[in-house]
Amino acid sequence: MSTVSMTVNGKVVASVVEDRTLLVDFIREHLRLTGTHVGCDTSQCGACVVHVNGKAMKSCTMLAAAADGADVTTIEGVANGDLHPMQKAFNDNHGLQCGFCTPGMIMSGIDMVNRYKAEGKTLDEAAIRAELEGNICRCTGYHNIVKSIQQAAGEM
Amino acid sequence: MSVSKPHPHDAAPLHVTGAARYVDDIPTPANSLHLAFGVSSIANGHLKAVNLDAVLCAPGVKHVLTAGDLPFSNDVSPSPSPEPLLAENTVHFVGQPIFLVVADTHLNARKAARLGQITYDETDAILTIDQALAADSRFEEGSRIYATGDAREAIENAEKTVHSVIEIGGQEHFYLEGQVALAFPQEGGDMVVHSSSQHPTEIQHKIADALGVPMHAVRCEVRRMGGGFGGKESQGNALAVSCALAAKLTGRPCSMRYDRDDDFMITGKRHDFRIAYTAGFSADGRLQGVEFKQYTRCGWSMDLSLPVADRAMLHADNAYYIPNMRIESHRLKTNTQSATAFRGFGGPQGMLGIERVLDHVAHALGKDPVEIRKRNYYDPAARQKTHYGQRVEDFILHDMTAQLTETSAYDDRRKSVADWNIENPILKKGLALTPVKFGISFTLTHLNQAGALVHVYQDGSIHMNHGGTEMGQGLFQKIAQVAASRFGVALDRVKITATDTGKVPNTSATAASSGSDLNGMAVRAACDIIRDRLAAFVADRAQVDPEKVSFDSGLIHVGGDSLPFEDVVKDAYMERISLSSTGFYKTPKLEWDRIKGQGRPFFYFAYGIAATEVVVDTLTGEYRILRADILHDCGASLNPALDIGQIEGGYVQGAGWLTTEELWWDAKGRLQTHAPATYKIPACSDCPDIFNVALWEGENTEDTIYRSKAVGEPPLMLGISALLALSDAVSACGPGYPNLDAPATPERVLDAIERVRG
Ligand code: FES
Ligand code: FES
Repeated sequence: MSTVSMTVNGKVVASVVEDRTLLVDFIREHLRLTGTHVGCDTSQCGACVVHVNGKAMKSCTMLAAAADGADVTTIEGVANGDLHPMQKAFNDNHGLQCGFCTPGMIMSGIDMVNRYKAEGKTLDEAAIRAELEGNICRCTGYHNIVKSIQQAAGEM
Repeated sequence: MSVSKPHPHDAAPLHVTGAARYVDDIPTPANSLHLAFGVSSIANGHLKAVNLDAVLCAPGVKHVLTAGDLPFSNDVSPSPSPEPLLAENTVHFVGQPIFLVVADTHLNARKAARLGQITYDETDAILTIDQALAADSRFEEGSRIYATGDAREAIENAEKTVHSVIEIGGQEHFYLEGQVALAFPQEGGDMVVHSSSQHPTEIQHKIADALGVPMHAVRCEVRRMGGGFGGKESQGNALAVSCALAAKLTGRPCSMRYDRDDDFMITGKRHDFRIAYTAGFSADGRLQGVEFKQYTRCGWSMDLSLPVADRAMLHADNAYYIPNMRIESHRLKTNTQSATAFRGFGGPQGMLGIERVLDHVAHALGKDPVEIRKRNYYDPAARQKTHYGQRVEDFILHDMTAQLTETSAYDDRRKSVADWNIENPILKKGLALTPVKFGISFTLTHLNQAGALVHVYQDGSIHMNHGGTEMGQGLFQKIAQVAASRFGVALDRVKITATDTGKVPNTSATAASSGSDLNGMAVRAACDIIRDRLAAFVADRAQVDPEKVSFDSGLIHVGGDSLPFEDVVKDAYMERISLSSTGFYKTPKLEWDRIKGQGRPFFYFAYGIAATEVVVDTLTGEYRILRADILHDCGASLNPALDIGQIEGGYVQGAGWLTTEELWWDAKGRLQTHAPATYKIPACSDCPDIFNVALWEGENTEDTIYRSKAVGEPPLMLGISALLALSDAVSACGPGYPNLDAPATPERVLDAIERVRG
């Protein structure tokens, strides 16, 4: 067992967990923040993506202990009063159907826009498609997901 | 009016903030328990000894149940043929549940489930179609045959013939949310269950049988699924029944979810098929007679295989008039997961069979396949009768084909693809345009019924409930649009509520694309009853004819006055007028004899057409989909944005089925592609760069809800154009016919290239 503490969505949280506890289980079960989903358990689908110190991470593939001291943002911490432009874009562009992949898509989307901005690169459609390699959606055929990220990229 | 507007999905604001609740997100008390199955490691045999001591001693384990511990029925089958929840004396596939672990955490339950010491008397497994045929291992007494005319004679007399075989692989649903259920025990032995299920009534029914209580003692609630695609029609029964059994045993809430690996190993998938065909045709490419032999692997249990195989037979014509046809269908029992419902329900496989025939005929004649397809289309006039006797009276594919050929610049691109292929020795392009005609209605006629419950509260807000379930398709929003339109109020006045067997009983599965057709009509009926009461009330007050009362923009218009809806509602309440009603609908005109294969199984047909262009690397067999153009018929769409979403997603899922998604069992019957690392569903980069989707402007000729058409399944079959585009590209490599099987993985494409080179 080990004590982990981290900042999640701006709040400091601490808990005693088994050493092997995954970050996603810490978030879902200990903090009861259930917007982060588990789609595959094996680092393939991206439904579990959160931000750790500002970078997109698959929380099913990281130990809670490894995030000790980190600053974590989940889908619940993205909106700041109003919806984040990425959230609004997914809503407005029908970027979802069953919605199970949506939190991970939004977290990946925000991360890619931020990265491209920081590096001064343009995030065009081809880049979005390549960047979405690690996020699976079984419902939408991705078309509107790409559109959503494109729209948000213009507004962020 | 609210209908026909592109409103976003009703839960979109919840999804984008992570606030939408799936079953596994429902808060449970700290003393809740978690379940996992211990499963068979062999494909066929007897259980010799089952030693569960180590399981019982494992950390956190409270109980371990085997078949003998079940108090009442040990059956989770959706069909009349039994399917044990836990294996009794024999096991029939690798992954079959043998015992149930009840533990304090999900992880402890799963870990303990691995500790069972089971010895088996192993028997040879029947895994393949050939093995099943050799052993005469099948469901139903023998093959089923639907026929019209004399196919044999027509083929013998035809100027030309083709014959071949296509192997068509199955498909894993890969709903992103795996199977999951949660049961809360109630006072007096009652049970409340949350299940990720397309069929809450069946969950209720199976739990009642398992607990030995009447159905009234069980309530099943489904707010949403994270994808279903048919995979949650029957495959959730085992989890929900297990949770209820364990909750009854322990008096504590119990939940169960399959991790992705378990979901792959335990649950059913799309049926794989082998279709052998012989077709006779004239020199100008008109089909005169076609014979199909459809062999399908049903897996170990009957499940929904009979109606699936029936639907494959019913779609063996797709869009084509075939005067003489004979279809022989073999429903084979194998030692593999139970093949089950999957979007299209056999229709896609049957349809691919005839599309393959048309492609083969065109190749044999050296003609453009589109020309051959058009020549064989049903006609509004004499060429209308299907092989099962129903007439195709609403056929619109001639016009749709003309429009898509135009908008996709098919003819020009056909030329540029040919030019490209002359100039490029390594990369070959292919283009294919294929139609869809899909029959709408459950082929089990009694399932074509639905109920609804609508309340108008005294403040004018509306609570709406119906038997359909939400799996992402946007059903709830469409039906809410119907309710808002009936009352002439804004959409936000209508509350969408979870499907609940306590509110609307005896529902059919949300399947067969029927969700909005059936439930839309039932909700309309309920709303109209209340609306008529309100109209009679205000008409009486104003001394006018109730027929003259109208509802729109949140107002009720009566005799020159326009009264706010909520004011009238309040007055009606004070006058003691009932503001609640049920509604009921049954689809008219259906009449079907599945044994004879004659009658009218479908209320109407939904149509679509797609053109796909691909490029193939002939050195490696790898390929990309470059462009897809789609024109799809949703009648008068209830919500064009949601419908287009279904079409895009359906096409990609269909293309995935036929290209990259390969299920592979080893010689011991172990599924070896049981995770996304080895089973490849389409990623964003696999989708066409150019993707044009348009809705056909038209309306249903039958009287459906606002003249719309069902859209859940039909677009999946647009993906057939991707497979045939690959076949087209391959045929640019040599003179032979590609005979490309599905899924057309790069390996299969490479093999086909070698074949055509001769
Ligand atoms: S659950 Fe983490 S990537 Fe799928
Ligand atoms: S919306 Fe269902 S998985 Fe993406």
